[in-house]
Amino acid sequence: MIELDNVSYGHGGTALFSQLSLTLAPGSFQFLTGPSGAGKTTLLRLCYADLQAQRGKVRLFGQDAHTLDRDAVAMSRRRIGVVHQDCQFLDHLSVAENIALPLTVADRASEASENLKELLAWVGLSKQSGQRPPELSGGERQRAALARAVIMSPDVIIADEPTGNVDWEMSQRLLALLVELHRMGKTVLIATHDLAMIRSLKSDVDARVLRLKDGQLTSAGAVL
Amino acid sequence: MKLLLDLIIGDPQADRVVPPTGLTARLTIFVAAVMAFLAVIALALSMSAGRIADRWADELAQAATLRLPADADLLQKALQILETTPGVASAHALTADEQEALLTPWFGTEIPLDSLPIPQLIEVIADDPPYDPAGLQARFDAEIPGAVFDDHGDWRDPLLAAAARVRLIGGLVILLIGASVAAMITLAAQASLAANVQVIRVLRLVGARDVYIARAFVRRFTLRAGAGAIVGVVMGVIVVQVLPDGGGFFAEIGFSGAGWIWLVLVPVLAAGVALFATRAAAMKRLKEQT
Repeated sequence: MIELDNVSYGHGGTALFSQLSLTLAPGSFQFLTGPSGAGKTTLLRLCYADLQAQRGKVRLFGQDAHTLDRDAVAMSRRRIGVVHQDCQFLDHLSVAENIALPLTVADRASEASENLKELLAWVGLSKQSGQRPPELSGGERQRAALARAVIMSPDVIIADEPTGNVDWEMSQRLLALLVELHRMGKTVLIATHDLAMIRSLKSDVDARVLRLKDGQLTSAGAVL
Repeated sequence: MKLLLDLIIGDPQADRVVPPTGLTARLTIFVAAVMAFLAVIALALSMSAGRIADRWADELAQAATLRLPADADLLQKALQILETTPGVASAHALTADEQEALLTPWFGTEIPLDSLPIPQLIEVIADDPPYDPAGLQARFDAEIPGAVFDDHGDWRDPLLAAAARVRLIGGLVILLIGASVAAMITLAAQASLAANVQVIRVLRLVGARDVYIARAFVRRFTLRAGAGAIVGVVMGVIVVQVLPDGGGFFAEIGFSGAGWIWLVLVPVLAAGVALFATRAAAMKRLKEQT
């Protein structure tokens, strides 16, 4: 699905990580952990071509991200549902319109009405569908972001700290939704610094846990 | 046609992805209206000046003047020659009163013109096909020495050149107005794009292609420019129609015949300019931004 091969990236001459490799195999479930500032968000952004690797290769669905033109990047993103840390909503649109946005921009808005009700019910936002994003609570925003990430039925779901702004109960609910998506065959990558949350899921899903620290990506199974 | 319909009808859902921008919208409509108004005035002046010059030139082209030394015998001989010349529709020897009327503005009414050796003038009207002026002059040179045949070329040519220049200036003014519309729309579009940086980022992140994002801006600015230009054209026509009719040139200002088509074209051209200017600005900005 998505493959990072000996990728290097840095800011202002300082390397954030170098020669890092990561593969998101079809149907896999992976956690990406690490301290704040380790580069988790940067790594995720490389995975959906929001950033270009400075060295090495990023392959999206078998294609070199460097060779993709802007239209091809857009088409690839339709196959990747992203839950951003700060949700990234359009505040002038309603919750329902925000969730349907990937279909709207793909000129498939007519399909939205079929999936939207079901999806709103699935994330428990049926009553809030007409509200504007600023009117939602942190948990509601995260659930709306998750609904938007999956409305196109993408192959890959990438979530950046999806439980960062919510209480324990809500974080379990969000994770349960992600596990459910994984059972439906989706490839899932979640970045989080919350190890307790990962441990709570150990019995529910066969997840690989990766740790990004000091520019190195290692398997963190033993740590957990 | 489908592109035009898509542009006018649009996709209400897609249009909503970019938030409305009140001030930019109002300014775009206002400037498009002003530019269209100026274009209508420039067109009216240019076309009217051209039309008047054409008419004068046509009148001069049909008429010529034969000037004879003051001798009654020569007049009869000249009239005979003209009557037998193919391409001459009529030849009219100006009467003493008509000649006096022509000279009065120069000499006044006090001068006894009948005692002066005033040359005799004959007004020659061309037929269709017309006579050969060079051939006629040659014949007069041979048969009536001192006769001067004036086909008004010395008057007509500068008049035609002036008319062409007036049209050229009118065209340049229209081009400048078009360029101003393009510059204004580009600035407004860039301001709108800059104000919507976050919206554009979100749209790209959820898989929007550049052309989709650009379309949302292009449609807005195209329709605004078109609507503003329609208002400007209507205002321009009203002003042209109610110009004080003081006779002379002002009485001639206006549109006639195919000239009215230009009034329909002004909003279409304004919308077209807006379409291309916004699209170019949007695509450039999108490439720079993301």
